Amino acid sequence: MRQIRDYFAAEDVLEVETPLLMPSGSQDPALTSFATSAPAEANHWPRGYLQTSPEFAMKRLLAAGSGDIFQLCHAFRVEQPGRYHLAEFVLLEWYRVGFDHHHLMDDVEALVLALLPSLHFERKTYAELFQGEYGFDPHTASTIRLSETAAATGAELGVASDDRVVLFDVLFAQLFLRDRPATDALFVYDFPVEQCAYARIAPGSPPVAQRFELIIGGVEIANGYFEVTDYEEQLERHRREGIRRQQLKLPEMESDPLFLAALDAGMPSCSGVALGVDRLVMLCTGQQSLNQCTSFDPFGAALEHC
Amino acid sequence: MASYSTNQFKMGLKIMLDGDPYTIVENDIVKPGKGQAFNRIKVRNLKSGRVIEKTYKSGESVEAADVVETNMEYSYSDGDSWTFMNPETFEQMSASKAAMGDTTKWLKGQETCMVTLWNGEPISVVAPNFAILTITETDPGVRGDTASGGTKPATMETGAVVKVPLFIEQGDVLKIDTRTGEYVSRAKED
Repeated sequence: MRQIRDYFAAEDVLEVETPLLMPSGSQDPALTSFATSAPAEANHWPRGYLQTSPEFAMKRLLAAGSGDIFQLCHAFRVEQPGRYHLAEFVLLEWYRVGFDHHHLMDDVEALVLALLPSLHFERKTYAELFQGEYGFDPHTASTIRLSETAAATGAELGVASDDRVVLFDVLFAQLFLRDRPATDALFVYDFPVEQCAYARIAPGSPPVAQRFELIIGGVEIANGYFEVTDYEEQLERHRREGIRRQQLKLPEMESDPLFLAALDAGMPSCSGVALGVDRLVMLCTGQQSLNQCTSFDPFGAALEHC
Repeated sequence: MASYSTNQFKMGLKIMLDGDPYTIVENDIVKPGKGQAFNRIKVRNLKSGRVIEKTYKSGESVEAADVVETNMEYSYSDGDSWTFMNPETFEQMSASKAAMGDTTKWLKGQETCMVTLWNGEPISVVAPNFAILTITETDPGVRGDTASGGTKPATMETGAVVKVPLFIEQGDVLKIDTRTGEYVSRAKED
């Protein structure tokens, strides 16, 4: 933590704190927020949600002219606990004004090298990776091609076997989240547009999402975007997430109006990244699971039974 | 038909895949920050012992395998099948050569074995961890040589061939670790 703060102090990035409890939850179809309920007598309290990341709050600060900012905070996601997953975890999220995703990758690399000097870094585009491992171009590949390749890796997707989003998720996961040498650090960038989340899409042939992921020793460590800062585009992303939530029969989630208002008022061009601090600590200490790096496991016993 | 959802996956769970019963030996959750969650499992085929990897989208379900592991006493064999008895109900059951695999070479009678039943049929049999067997054939012992560390093959009464220290004699009774097939010590037959 100290080394992380030192790095940002030297880079002149401002540390900020934003609320953990917010009036709206994540709209991302892949994330489930913890919802809070106040005692019945406190009925003036609306339902709140524990943040899945400080993204929207930090973007409001950026729109207000904060300049470069970082935050070390706790984030919460309803997930099946596992080797690399805790429901409550420590997130390091930061934004650099005027950076594109390549420039931000340099930044991430410098920070991580300060903590883990023995790492060997490499960068590949999503297309190079798929071309090398599966022998086809992911951006132009047919859904059938993706589906057959996924099945060949032992993936059982049921009705989702023609869903490009799920297919890319599984094909990507099959490549990385396997036991790899802990010194291998790989940036994968320029994702298929289906995997854009809130990353800008660079027009071209094929168009690519300007997003990157850092994978160290087979574990996903960080995920960054050259951020969407256009109000209309962001609305469109929310609309698409809404449709997907409906398809997946997930509860509707409202957009954060203050975040959208901030975008409408104008957000500077920037790139942002979220990094899993617990996972980095796990790698720094040579442990095999997050549970070995945390002193507390408050719900461990309760979750054993489900 | 009974089935298990991916959130019930854990080590030791018995499931059906492509018509064969499997046991889960490893279960990892894979969840990209911005993506679908998966369960990656390693499963061992209970018939062949082969281990394969599968990845399930979270929320999918898998057919449960009707697999029971039970202790049974080995009674006799006619060369094609091996008969076991449930020590509580005295019910008898026959295991095929395929189900027995290598286990036959450790059995002479009355051993309590772990029998895996699938749909009520034995599909694999594990011998007790240690077998006490008499040597029927080996080269003469080298007297006093207890330290040189050399070994020689010895054929046991069940046909199993075990590497034994040089000082061991034909007719000696040995304790063998059936999991590794290695000599442990000399034993007194009681």
